[in-house]
Amino acid sequence: MTQTEIRQTIFEALRKIAPESEPQQVGPNENLREALDIDSFDFLNFLIGLHQRLGVEIPEADYGKLTTLADLIRYIEARQ
Amino acid sequence: MGEFRMPSLGADMTAGTLVQWNVKPGDAVKRGDIIAVVGTEKADIEVEVYETGTIETLIAKPGDKLPVGTPLAFIRVAGEAPGPTLEAAPTPEGAVAKPPRRLRASPMARKLALELGVDLEKIQGTGRGGVIEQHDVEQAAKARVPVPSAPIAPAPAQAATAGMRHAIALAMARSNREIPHYYLSTTIDMSKALAWLEQFNQKRSLEERVLPAALLLKAVATALEQTPELNGFYADDQLKISKEIHLGVAISLRHGGLMIPAILFSGQKSIAELMEALRDLITRARSGRLRSSEITEGTITVTNLGDLGVETVYGVIYPPQVALVGFGNIAERPWADRGMLGVRRTLTATLAADHRATDGHRGAQFLQALDNLLQEPEKL
Repeated sequence: MTQTEIRQTIFEALRKIAPESEPQQVGPNENLREALDIDSFDFLNFLIGLHQRLGVEIPEADYGKLTTLADLIRYIEARQ
Repeated sequence: MGEFRMPSLGADMTAGTLVQWNVKPGDAVKRGDIIAVVGTEKADIEVEVYETGTIETLIAKPGDKLPVGTPLAFIRVAGEAPGPTLEAAPTPEGAVAKPPRRLRASPMARKLALELGVDLEKIQGTGRGGVIEQHDVEQAAKARVPVPSAPIAPAPAQAATAGMRHAIALAMARSNREIPHYYLSTTIDMSKALAWLEQFNQKRSLEERVLPAALLLKAVATALEQTPELNGFYADDQLKISKEIHLGVAISLRHGGLMIPAILFSGQKSIAELMEALRDLITRARSGRLRSSEITEGTITVTNLGDLGVETVYGVIYPPQVALVGFGNIAERPWADRGMLGVRRTLTATLAADHRATDGHRGAQFLQALDNLLQEPEKL
């Protein structure tokens, strides 16, 4: 999967939990949760959505590494 | 013959709009079935029936806006002989046909009705046997206050948000007006609780993982067993302790505003079950599919604003409840222990409580119990 495809998949998962949001407007190094007002419950649902779409396992210990869009793309790319 | 009435789905709800019926005359229903959807200022709520029987007549029509307590349907309760089929009489828009009834009102209600110019005929009593009581008259007086029409019709989304704000304003203003709040807070070392939770989650799939919020709910429910005076309602000038613990959870909605549905029978649920219930409740609150029992039966409220970096929550009690527990964020902070300064993950828990129901000493015991329980999470 290319970076563009991963980005699109992330946006799809974000729109599922925040339908009114425009994740493509968020900068690659912005804090996603702050920018889109995502609480811990929705963040967990977002990770579940990514897992279901991409099959990537995300241990709880790694949550802290997944702050920005750039973090997420790097993380998923490395585990494909 | 049982009556299914317009429910009160909020501290200051005076009327609701019947959105739809899920049943028709002749349908069998049992206690707990969702038979209608009622629109409130905050949201559309699925309303459950509290009797088992057969729908005899649907009196109200979708679109009717009716005062709380107004009969919406008649239910032939199980074992009762069928009555003559009643056809709902054609009624003007917004009005409803009412069966004739004998007026029963308390002396105080009659006096107050006279003073306030309220027509007792138009009130459905909520007292024993349908007797109209003082608060029924007060509600009716409040309900007839005309709402000025807006010069420009707001868009539906704006109207929904305005309705939500109005409902919150009424409940919170009542709380500040009627409830003498006192506040207590304590900082809790969360190291053991979080370490235990991390261990707990390692064995679970992503879908089954438990958030600290669920662990905190379990600790609150357990601490309330030790301090039951904080779990209940203040009504008729006295504290009424609830036998069951139904934790109301403040849930912010993405378009603004909040709902406080309850996780029913929280005290009987495990941490994993509380997480599952929380997940279900948040999903349904945000998609507008809450049930009436979840809206009306909360016995205490828990609010958690830690996700936004808030350190301390000074909550406003949701009447007629008598307490609210607030949680701030879990973060690494300096922590002194036996003369050594270190860094621990801590959280500030706050109790807002009704001084008419409890004193600070009891409130402090609750926070102490909460702290103790979170130091031994494996026992929760």
